[in-house]
Amino acid sequence: MTRKKLSGFDVVLVGFGWTGAIYAEKLTAAGLEVLALERGPWRDTSKDFATTFAQDELRYYWRHGMFQETAQSTLTFRNNGAETALPMRHWGSFLPGNGVGGSGVHWNGQTYRFLPSDFVVRSHNEERYGPLPDGMTVQDYGVTYDELEPHFDYFEKICGICGKAGNLNGQTSPGGNPFEGARSSEYPNPPMQMTFSQDRFEASARDLGLNPFPVPSANMSRAYVNPLGLQLAPCTYCGFCEKYGCGNYSKSSPQTTILPVLMERPNFTLRTESEVLSIEKSPDGSRVTGVTYVDTSGDSFFQPAEMVVMCAYPLENTRLMLLSQIGTPYNPQTGKGVVGKNYCYQVMSGATVFFEDEFTNGFVGAGALGMAVDDYNGDNFDHSGLGFIGGGYIACYTTNARPIESHPVPDGVPEWGSAWKQSIAANFLKTATVGVHGASMAHRSNYLDLDPTYTDRHNRPLLRMTYDFTQNDRRLTNHLTPVAEDIARGMGGREVKVSERTGAYDSVPYQTTHNTGGTIMGTDPQTSVCNRFCQSWDMPNLFVAGAGLFPQNAGYNPTATVGALAYWSVDAIINQYLPDPGPLVQP
Amino acid sequence: MIRTIIITAVGAAALSFAAPAQAQELAYSQVERGRYLTSAGDCKACHTDIENHGQPFAGGRAMATPFGTIYSANLTPDAETGLGRWSREDFYNALNEGIDDEGRHLYPAMPYPNFTLMTRDDTDAIFAYLQSLEPVHKEKPENEFPFPLNIRMSVSGWKMLFFEDEEFRPDPDQSDAWNRGRFLVDGPLHCGACHTGKNLLGASVDDEYMRGGLLENWFAPNIRGGENGGIAHWDEDDIVEYLKDGRSKHTAPMQRMGEVVSLSTQNLRTDDLRAVATYLKSLDDQLPETFDKIDAALAEMGSALYFDNCAGCHAADGSGVPYVFAPLTTSNKVHAEDPSTAIRIILGGARAEPTDNVPSIPAMPPFAWKLSDAQIADLLSYLRGSGPRHAAPVSASEVAEVREYLSEEH
Repeated sequence: MTRKKLSGFDVVLVGFGWTGAIYAEKLTAAGLEVLALERGPWRDTSKDFATTFAQDELRYYWRHGMFQETAQSTLTFRNNGAETALPMRHWGSFLPGNGVGGSGVHWNGQTYRFLPSDFVVRSHNEERYGPLPDGMTVQDYGVTYDELEPHFDYFEKICGICGKAGNLNGQTSPGGNPFEGARSSEYPNPPMQMTFSQDRFEASARDLGLNPFPVPSANMSRAYVNPLGLQLAPCTYCGFCEKYGCGNYSKSSPQTTILPVLMERPNFTLRTESEVLSIEKSPDGSRVTGVTYVDTSGDSFFQPAEMVVMCAYPLENTRLMLLSQIGTPYNPQTGKGVVGKNYCYQVMSGATVFFEDEFTNGFVGAGALGMAVDDYNGDNFDHSGLGFIGGGYIACYTTNARPIESHPVPDGVPEWGSAWKQSIAANFLKTATVGVHGASMAHRSNYLDLDPTYTDRHNRPLLRMTYDFTQNDRRLTNHLTPVAEDIARGMGGREVKVSERTGAYDSVPYQTTHNTGGTIMGTDPQTSVCNRFCQSWDMPNLFVAGAGLFPQNAGYNPTATVGALAYWSVDAIINQYLPDPGPLVQP
Repeated sequence: MIRTIIITAVGAAALSFAAPAQAQELAYSQVERGRYLTSAGDCKACHTDIENHGQPFAGGRAMATPFGTIYSANLTPDAETGLGRWSREDFYNALNEGIDDEGRHLYPAMPYPNFTLMTRDDTDAIFAYLQSLEPVHKEKPENEFPFPLNIRMSVSGWKMLFFEDEEFRPDPDQSDAWNRGRFLVDGPLHCGACHTGKNLLGASVDDEYMRGGLLENWFAPNIRGGENGGIAHWDEDDIVEYLKDGRSKHTAPMQRMGEVVSLSTQNLRTDDLRAVATYLKSLDDQLPETFDKIDAALAEMGSALYFDNCAGCHAADGSGVPYVFAPLTTSNKVHAEDPSTAIRIILGGARAEPTDNVPSIPAMPPFAWKLSDAQIADLLSYLRGSGPRHAAPVSASEVAEVREYLSEEH
C-alpha cells in the first residue's frame, strides 16, 4: 500500500450526506476550494432509485440496498461493561447509510425542531426539579434554540418542509404544535393530506385534552422550488420512504435539494469510493493537516487541507477521532475524557389499533405522513415526582404497509402458519399505529470506544458500543406508553395491541437510526469534544457535524437539528473563523 | 499574456485590410454582439465535441445525418486547424453562401440556408467573437460519406435546387416584434433545421414549415403556435419560459433541445425570446387528421399500463405536475403525427436540462427493460387516443424499430 501526497484543498469534508452537502454548498459559495471524500458510490435519482425499481422491497428492505455493508465496516455491541462485545454482522436496530446523500437518501422525512428546553437539558431541569441523579451525564449544548432558529428556518426552506406553525414569533398559531419554540416564519409548504388513521388519532387526542398537530414532513404536499432554485414534486403517497430512495423527486434529500447546484460549482470536487482512514495532525498536535484515505484499488493518499469537517455518520465520526487520537477518549470508570462519551439512542414503544369494519388502507402512506401530540415531550409537562426527565412525541403515522416488511396481527395470533396468514389477510388494510418517540438521556455507563479484539479489513479496531436503557428511559417509557394506549383506544377500533419497551436494549429488531453522541458539543473542554460552534476544542481547524454533537437525544427525529447545527457552524466558519482562524471560544 | 499578444496581432492584421469605417467595430461592442449571435446560432453545440468533453468551439463533433457521419469544423482561431487564417470575407461567404475559404461547398448540415438571412455586420461580429477565443489545435476527422456525396461538388447541385442566398427582408405589414421573431427563428436560431420536415435530399419542405421533423430518430415536434398548431395551447409566456428557464408548464427541453436551451436560448434577451414567441404564435396550421377513438379493450389495457407505470409522476389523469413532470394529455410529443420521440423517451428515458434559472435535473428512467414492444404500443395508443386531439395508434413494430435503433448504441 503506497501513500501518495496530493495537492491541497481549503476544506476537506469526510463523508458526503446531508451535512457534507450543507457545508460544501455554503463553503463553495464563500469561495473556498472544497473536496468531499465519500466512502460509498455516487447515487442519483434516475439511475439509482428510479420509479421503475425504487420500491423493490427485496432489494432495499431485505437486502439492505441503501446501507453500509457490514463487510466494509461494522461495530461491536454489548449491553454493559461486564459483557464481551461481538460484531454486528447484519444490521438490525439501526441502519447506517452509505454513498452520496448518506442516510439523507433513505430517511422518512420527519423533520421536527427540538424544543428550546432540549438545548439546555441540565440547567433547565436542575433549575426546575433540583439536582439530577448521579451518573446522568446530560449537559447543555452551549447553543440555544433562539440562536439556531434562523438555521432551522433555512434548512426547512431548503427542504420545503410541509407543516403548520404552532408558535409564530411568540404568538400561538391554531392547528400547529403549541409547545414548539417560536418560529420566525410559517412552514414553506402546507401539511400533507391526512388519512382515516390520522383523523381518528386527532379526534381521540382532542378528547383526551391533548393538542394534535400535523407532523412536519419532508415528503412534499405540493410542488416546490427551494432557495437554490431546485424543484421538488408532490408526493404520491406510495409509502416507500424509510430504507428507500424517492424516485419521484418528492422527498428532500441532498440529491433533490442541494447537489444539482453544488456539482456545477468549479471549486467543488467530490471523490467517491474514497474511505478516510484517519485525520492527520501536525507534529505538535495543535492542528489537523489533512486526511489519509484509501481508494478501491487499495492505494492510499495523504490529502492535505487547511480545514477538515467530519461529516460521516456519528458512529464513524467517533471512531475516526479515536483512531486518529484526537481528543481524550472517554473513560467510563473515571468519567474523564470526552470522545465516545454520552452515546444515546431513542426509546420507542407504541400501540396498534385493529379495526373491524373500517379500512385504514395503510399502503396510502408517506414517511412523515402523520399527526402527533407533543404534550408529553421534553419538559412540556410537570415531571415533579415522576423520577425522570424528558419525554417524547406520540404520533400516528401511515407509512409502513410494505407487504414483505409489514404484517401486523393482534395479540394471540400464532407467529407463523395458516392462522397467521389468515390474520394478516384480515387485518392488513385495517390497522393503525400510535408510536411513542422517546428521548434518550445520557448516562455514564453508555459510551463508544475502540474494540480490543475485532478489526476491519485495514486492521483498524472496530468501534465498540456499550449501551442499555437507563432508569430514566424505563420510567419515561412506562409513563408515556399508557398515554399512547389511551389515544389508541379512543380511535374506535376493535382491539388494541400494546408494544411496551421492556427488558434490555436489543440490537436486533429495528427501532430507529438515531444514534447520537460520541463527539458531543458543550461549554467546557473537560466535558465535551466540540465547542458551541461545533469546532474541536483541541484543533481549531477541525469541525464536526451530525447527531454525534447531541449531548443527549431528544424525543424527536434528529435531522432538522442536524441540519440547523450544520448551517449554524458553517456560518460561524465563514463569518468568524475565516477572518480570524483560531478557537472560536476560549475555554 | 501570450494570448493577449496574439489577439492584438490578429486585430492589427484585420485592421490593415479593413475599411476605416470598421475600425471602431473591433471594439468591445462588436465582440459582445458577436458573442450574442454566436449564442443565438447555438454554434457551440455542433462545434464542440460534447460527447468526448472536447474544448468549446474546437469542433470534431460527430453528427449522424441520413447521408453519413459529418464532423464539425474547428472555429477557434488556430492557424492550421481552425479559422486562424480566415478573413472576415471568408467567414461571410461560409455563413452566407456555404463556401469555405478555399472555395469548397460546405455540406448543408451547417445551416447556411438559415444563416444567409444574417447581414454582413452580423457575420463580422460573430467572426470577431470567434477570433477572440483561445486557439485550439484540433484536426477535424474526415467525414464519412458514401460516393457520390463524398464529392463536394455534389453539394453545388443541392444548392442550385434548394438554396437561396438572401438577406432577411422585413414584412412591413407585421409588427417589429414579429419581424424580429421571424428573423431569429429563420436566421440564427435555425429552428427549421429540426422542426421543419425534410425531403429525401435533406432540404426543408416549405409545406412542412415548423410542422415537425425527424432527426436522429427524435421527432422535433410541431411548433406552430397559431390555430391548430402543435403548441396552439401554449401562450407567449410559456414559450419564453421554456426557452429561458428550460421549463414551462407544458414540458421541459431534453436531449437535443435541452442542449439548445442550455447553450443558446437561455442566454438570449427576454425581448428577443418574446419576439420568437410572437412569431411562432402567428403560425396557424391546418386541422390535423382525426382518428377514431381506440377500442375499449385497448383503452383498458393502455390505461392499466399507464396507471402502473406513469401515473406516479404524470398524475392519474395525465395532467402531470406543471414545471416538473410534463402533462401528457396535451403533449405535442405524445400526439405528434410521428410518435418516434414518445417511443424513444419511454424506451430510453430522458433528462431535463438544467439552466441558470432552474438548476434541477429531473429525469425519466428508461422502461426498455420493463415494458415489451406491445405494451409500449398499447400505452401510447391509449395516450394518443385520449385527450383533446387524437393521433393514430402505434404498432408494436414501430416500437421494435426504435428499440433496434437504440440497441445500436445511439
